[in-house]
Amino acid sequence: METILDEIIAKYNYWIYVVLMMIGFYGMIGKNNLVKKLLGMNIFQTAIILMFISSGVKKGGLIPVLDKQAALEHGVNSALINNPVPHVLMLTAIVVSVSVTGVALALMQRIYRRYGTLEENEILEKAQR
Amino acid sequence: MKRIALVTTLLAGALLLYGTGDFPPWGDPNAPASRHVSPTYIEGTVKDTSIPNAVTSVLGDYRGYDTMFETIVIFCAGVVVVSVLRRPDA
Amino acid sequence: MKKEYSLPQDRPIGPSLIIEVAVRVMIPFIQLFGLYVIAHGHYSPGGGFQGGVVLGASFILMAIAFDLKTSLRFFSIRANAVMASSGVFIYTGTGVLCALLGGLFLDYSAMDALLALGPVEWRSMGVFIVELGVGLAVTAIMASLFWDLASGGDMEKGL
Repeated sequence: METILDEIIAKYNYWIYVVLMMIGFYGMIGKNNLVKKLLGMNIFQTAIILMFISSGVKKGGLIPVLDKQAALEHGVNSALINNPVPHVLMLTAIVVSVSVTGVALALMQRIYRRYGTLEENEILEKAQR
Repeated sequence: MKRIALVTTLLAGALLLYGTGDFPPWGDPNAPASRHVSPTYIEGTVKDTSIPNAVTSVLGDYRGYDTMFETIVIFCAGVVVVSVLRRPDA
Repeated sequence: MKKEYSLPQDRPIGPSLIIEVAVRVMIPFIQLFGLYVIAHGHYSPGGGFQGGVVLGASFILMAIAFDLKTSLRFFSIRANAVMASSGVFIYTGTGVLCALLGGLFLDYSAMDALLALGPVEWRSMGVFIVELGVGLAVTAIMASLFWDLASGGDMEKGL
């Protein structure tokens, strides 16, 4: 019992993000409407971004923006400053998420003009006829 | 169909939760993510590049190649949306 | 004295004086803040992508509050295409320039051969030039994405 409580206290942030990921995943595969699938994908991407950023936090850490005078005089103790590398990688991930959402919405407008509906089962029926 | 989706989601969630057993605890300064190349960036950002913002120096200087391709990605997204949606003036 | 108030769902969507005046006052400050976020990427959280999104949002606000034609009058489609392409060109051109001057691709300290400031200072200047290019590209693409998606491709008809 105590080990389970220790595990929960040590890693509960990862569990929260896994729950969010699964909500987005269910939206992607369990819903019929195309816009709802796209929103599920957005929730999935947001959960992954949050998980990566929370994996680079250090206890008692300051933000990665240093003070130039203090850094030139004393030097920098890298165990007290949060890791900047996940922040950088997730900036790229956010930009990719925005691009994919934009292209998906444009394709959805063309699908609507062509088939007249945005439900997946109706589109598959009309496409097979 | 929705029942299959729900079962798949719960199965994937259980596998991921079992996989978090291997993660280092939250806030550990000796985590593998913060050990190999990240101290070099934090200590070298004012000495080598004179930029106090570690995120900007990693984004623009140490990993500038990735940022170039990211700019090309967002430019391509704009071009794709223009080519898919704009009708010729008929 | 009885007045007939129309329900919100009965009123047609049209120009509203309060929104027009308020937006006309707010947009220059939003653009100034976006330029501030781009320029202060070295000393505070910010940089090219963040400032570019704020600048692009100011043009989207103009298109929502007024008409699509008003937004196109201030930022035409041709200027949009030129801005996006020149943003990517500035980034790649800086890399090629560094390679031509003797260093590696995107090695900013090689530009010391042009103007002697010191290799460490040139790395800071190189990141600033590159962030400017990124900001231009992101501004133009944000506005262009909104115009195309919201109007369905037909810019003459409006939103």
